[in-house]
Amino acid sequence: MTTTTKSPAARARSSTIVWKLAMALTGLVFVAYVLLHMYGNLKVFAGQASFDGYAEHLREIGQPILPHAGLLWIIRVVLLVSVAVHATAAYKLWARARGARPQRYVVQKAVQASWSSRTMRWGGTALLLFIVFHILNFTTRTVTPGGDSDSPYQRLVNAFQPEQWWVAVIYLAAMVALAMHLRHGVFSAAQTLGLTGTVEKQRRWNLLGYALATVVAGGFALVPLSVLFGIVD
Amino acid sequence: MRLTLKIWRQPDAATKGSMHTYEVDDVSEDMSFLEMLDVLNEQLNTNGEEPVAFDSDCREGICGMCGLMINGKAHGPEVTTTCQLHMRSFKDGDTITIEPWRAEAFPVIKDLCVDRGSFDRMIQAGGYVSVNTGAAPDAHSTPVPKPHADRAFDAATCIGCGACVAACPNASASLFLGAKITHLGELPQGQAERDTRVLGMVAQHDEEGFGGCTNIGECAAACPKEIPLDVISQLNKDLRTALRHA
Amino acid sequence: MTDHQTRPGSGDAEGYFLEGTPVADTKAPAGPIAERWTKHQFDNRLVNPANRRKLSVIVVGTGLAGGAAAATMGEQGYEVKSFFYQDSPRRAHSIAAQGGINAAKNYKGDGDSVYRLFYDTVKGGDYRSRESNVYRLAEVSANIIDQCVAQGVPFAREYGGLLDNRSFGGVQVSRTFYARGQTGQQLLIGAYQALERQVAAGTVTTYSRHEMLELIVVDGTARGIIARDLVTGEIETHLADVVVLASGGYGNVFFLSTNAMGSNVTASWRAHRKGAYMANPCYTQIHPTCIPVSGSHQSKLTLMSESLRNDGRIWVPKNAADCDKDPREIPEEDRDYYLERIYPSFGNLVPRDIASRQAKNMCDEGRGVGPEVEGVRRGVYLDFADAIQRMGRPAVEAKYGNLFDMYARITGEDPYETPMRIYPAVHYVMGGLWVDYDLQSSIKGLFVAGEANFSDHGANRLGASALMQGLADGYFVLPNTIRDYLADGPFEKIDESHPAVAEARRSVEERINRFLSINGTRSVDSYHRELGNIMWEFCGMERTEDGLKKAIDLIRTLRADFWNNVKVLGAADTLNQSLERAGRVADFMELGELMCIDALNRRESCGGHFRAESQTEDGEALRHDDEYAYVAAWEFVPDTSESADGGPADARMGMPILHKEDLVYEFVEMKQRSYK
Ligand SMILES: Cc1cc2nc3c(=O)[nH]c(=O)nc-3n(C[C@H](O)[C@H](O)[C@H](O)COP(=O)(O)OP(=O)(O)OC[C@H]3O[C@@H](n4cnc5c(N)ncnc54)[C@H](O)[C@@H]3O)c2cc1C
Ligand code: HEM
Ligand code: HEM
Ligand code: SF4
Ligand code: F3S
Ligand code: FES
Repeated sequence: MTTTTKSPAARARSSTIVWKLAMALTGLVFVAYVLLHMYGNLKVFAGQASFDGYAEHLREIGQPILPHAGLLWIIRVVLLVSVAVHATAAYKLWARARGARPQRYVVQKAVQASWSSRTMRWGGTALLLFIVFHILNFTTRTVTPGGDSDSPYQRLVNAFQPEQWWVAVIYLAAMVALAMHLRHGVFSAAQTLGLTGTVEKQRRWNLLGYALATVVAGGFALVPLSVLFGIVD
Repeated sequence: MRLTLKIWRQPDAATKGSMHTYEVDDVSEDMSFLEMLDVLNEQLNTNGEEPVAFDSDCREGICGMCGLMINGKAHGPEVTTTCQLHMRSFKDGDTITIEPWRAEAFPVIKDLCVDRGSFDRMIQAGGYVSVNTGAAPDAHSTPVPKPHADRAFDAATCIGCGACVAACPNASASLFLGAKITHLGELPQGQAERDTRVLGMVAQHDEEGFGGCTNIGECAAACPKEIPLDVISQLNKDLRTALRHA
Repeated sequence: MTDHQTRPGSGDAEGYFLEGTPVADTKAPAGPIAERWTKHQFDNRLVNPANRRKLSVIVVGTGLAGGAAAATMGEQGYEVKSFFYQDSPRRAHSIAAQGGINAAKNYKGDGDSVYRLFYDTVKGGDYRSRESNVYRLAEVSANIIDQCVAQGVPFAREYGGLLDNRSFGGVQVSRTFYARGQTGQQLLIGAYQALERQVAAGTVTTYSRHEMLELIVVDGTARGIIARDLVTGEIETHLADVVVLASGGYGNVFFLSTNAMGSNVTASWRAHRKGAYMANPCYTQIHPTCIPVSGSHQSKLTLMSESLRNDGRIWVPKNAADCDKDPREIPEEDRDYYLERIYPSFGNLVPRDIASRQAKNMCDEGRGVGPEVEGVRRGVYLDFADAIQRMGRPAVEAKYGNLFDMYARITGEDPYETPMRIYPAVHYVMGGLWVDYDLQSSIKGLFVAGEANFSDHGANRLGASALMQGLADGYFVLPNTIRDYLADGPFEKIDESHPAVAEARRSVEERINRFLSINGTRSVDSYHRELGNIMWEFCGMERTEDGLKKAIDLIRTLRADFWNNVKVLGAADTLNQSLERAGRVADFMELGELMCIDALNRRESCGGHFRAESQTEDGEALRHDDEYAYVAAWEFVPDTSESADGGPADARMGMPILHKEDLVYEFVEMKQRSYK
């Protein structure tokens, strides 16, 4: 046992639970973002004009109070900070967990833990890698398999052409990771925020996790799938 | 029945340990798991080999002294304490792997015995009501609504065995901690110190080297007293409230 | 060793003991019984708060008695050291108590009062306890509940939010407070938390996994203990101004009992060997409803609540030939509902001792049921078939479900389908170190609390009264009586080089080395089992002159063999559980002999002690108040002659000296029990 001179309140302020709170809050930011983003993506089915118009509209919101693409930048900053906080907390807790059990079991079996709860860290890491790739792909347009275009709609359609089926596979794989991350993440965030005080509430948050995971991952997946199968071109 | 046991042996805290294999015969299904180990020890003693050290006291599932990782599960395959596990849960010819609780905050003392002093230190950090002997008002001066009394009781059934820590992939003691926060937090007597209690106990939890909870839920599944996961939710909520007040 | 007059003892135990001068409780107050404790507290001197910090207290044990005492004295500002052999104070054996705790609160308004609790306890103890002590116990019982509730002990409550009570152990008022089936656990956690609060405050230091192995007595006064750190094996000396033993009961002398595996007599016995009198050691309580032994590997017995007897019917087959049959196939006319037959008015609800004794009689006749263990079937049926038919299975489930589950888990049988099997088991000891009204033993500066003292229960304890006594002693009595003793301080400082300290330490080290060097062929447990069999057979539920004499011979032989043939492996300087047990078993063997001598001497049946030679015509217990209305306080005498049995010098016992303390009843009239 180490001794410290900091007060319990000060120590509690930097405790594992507080890091988890930060994760829960940033996690909820992500949930909100992916919901909106998914909704936006579905505009693909309304045709090129609608989708491109939507992309442009995003950049005009708030004008003239905000400069062009002002809101977008606000979102970007919030997301960037959130990712930084979320990932830092995740890796901090991960390192701590390793330190908390330096000697592993020869045999250990999970009784209750769901697959998704035990893969949050690897799943999250996969998502992080995906986001980097995704931004290089669509936002900075550094990596543009299938060809670049000034139309966001066109960029999408180009990316998921069957010739480079692997791009779609990466996206779809990421959606599986996202679904699992959300499935457990929604419940976990509620538990961390102290919203799951009864068995009934726990059940409800768990259901919400399943629902959100299905809706979000399913909704996202429609786009690459539709392009792949030529429904959208 | 006849069993093969793979048991962690470690002479003391400072020396490295390893798994050893033993055979036991004539195990009856009415034996408790610990009685089966007693038989092994009697056999080892006869052969001039030092018996395996393991903890137990009440052997009734209430003192929390016993606790082994049996085939990768805390307290073995049933939802009960190791002392209340019976050999009926195994079959002839089985190989059983037996390990001590593993956690930085539960160092191994010898063989299957660990030091759980970290739990006591967490209680010292606030897991009590400060009332001096003789200073109490009449017991009926504060009625406690039954639902609160019942929830407090359910949380208070924790026996401090440490299975929650042993089973948690993060080696977190959040279930134990949440149980005490909920027990005292549900009662009017626990209100005055509600904030300082949670701040102190959470700080101590981390200081002891337990991992952080990521809501995996293995702990509640392993808990022989079936302490529900919602005590961790309560813990998180109480900490948030306390930090706001602090 | 003894400077007082002794003469050879007479009676059944002639030749086994000497009789010394009577002993008196010199602290016992006089006057109206209801005012004694108040007045005594006032008369006891105070210690200035500024001086308390300079006065040190050692408390051995963290059960209800020790935990409460250490916490309270810590709060008051003394420097307290607390010792226990488990890894945490919360694990003391008190944790296992299920049923409840009595208190004269009269919350039910059913006519309870301090006086009634006092009266019931004296009567329940079969008129072998002290009136002043029992009255005090009843008096402080109410404060205990207040204290525990304030600590956050979650007692059962009614819908209105107030505390619930039930009636327990055959008394006619509802005065038992409970917390589902784990009252002991909840009360102990309360005391434990109070204790840990003092650890945080710096007034109490806890010594986990430490076993007291010797008492340090300097010029007739207790000044400390020698303890072994069970992890490192280090022998430590701890000095203090006063020593409290709250080390629990010694039921494990029977090997199989409902006590925790580690419960032992060592702390008490070491003190006894240093001059503390042991009172009424033969008074043992045997509980009728335990789960029977399932085989020779059995390590302990599990109690099931006595409430089962309210609805279950107890029987054995009429013919020994039916004993291995499926009980459901034995027709009604071939069953013997023996309690209903012998005690038509009380039936299955006769007191614990009677139910226990009759079950043993049935099995001894060869009509026991269940598996044969060492040639005898030890079990009787407790049948709920009628109850299930009468109340319906759901009602039985609601009432007894958790007990049925526990039974099913341990035995693998479904009690809803086949009758349960039960058998009596040793549960509690009323005997213990002799103490005066202040709970001070016959050694100055040594106080004893909880089950370790000879207590307030006389020859038999009422259900739910042990928890009450432990907490009364710890929270309310000791802190008020020790202060009178400590008011004499500051005491002369002693250091570790004092000859008495060095001698105590050396004897502990030698004993440990001896255990490790015998290197014989038998394990410690095998001796313990054999001792247990002897005690159960001859000093259990029914005792006879011949049996007890035989037991004494057997124990002496066993002890001699132990010291020559025990095998303790491992080293002294690490955790060594065989070594720990060896010390405990060696002490149990000496205690066992004293218990038999005490039982032999007491040629009367009282409370839990049934002497076959003292019964009424129809086989009921018969007390002899004219001859035995006394506390038997035994003084240890070492055998300094050459060893007769080959054992080492410190395992030899001379004839113990009996000091009688006469019991005087001013308020309650002595009556014979009858349950026919
Ligand atoms: C199964 C069961 C159920 C019971 N139910 C009830 C009930 O419902 N109601 C009731 O009133 N009573 C009940 N009793 C009786 C009651 O539980 C005990 O009498 C009581 O708890 C004893 O408390 P104690 O404080 O004296 O000692 P214990 O709780 O036995 O504590 C002994 C302490 O001494 C320590 N110790 C012992 N030896 C040494 C040593 N040599 N060195 C260092 N430390 C040592 C131990 O570590 C422990 O901390 C029950 C008993 C049993 C067995
Ligand atoms: C940047 C890469 C990411 C990493 C490394 C990561 C990792 C983690 C980890 C380890 C957890 C805690 C696991 C647990 O509670 O069981 C977690 C929680 C969570 N994550 Fe992520 N994640 C990442 C990205 C995301 C994304 C993109 C989203 C949303 C779309 C998200 C949403 C959540 C939510 C809602 C939680 C629950 C918060 C809580 O447990 O309190 N995460 N993440
Ligand atoms: C099949 C799934 C997805 C598709 C088809 C898709 C498509 C797109 C497209 C076309 C853009 C560019 C929009 C624009 O520049 O106007 C974009 C931006 C972005 N997407 Fe996705 N996306 C998917 C999934 C995700 C997921 C799961 C995340 C996060 C967890 C995510 C995070 C982002 C981010 C952060 C941006 C950058 C926004 C900005 O700063 O401009 N996307 N996405
Ligand atoms: S919460 Fe459950 S598993 Fe954890 S210490 Fe308490 S009883 Fe054991
Ligand atoms: S298993 Fe561990 S992660 Fe939390 S929910 Fe239980 S403490
Ligand atoms: S030995 Fe007490 S809980 Fe298992």
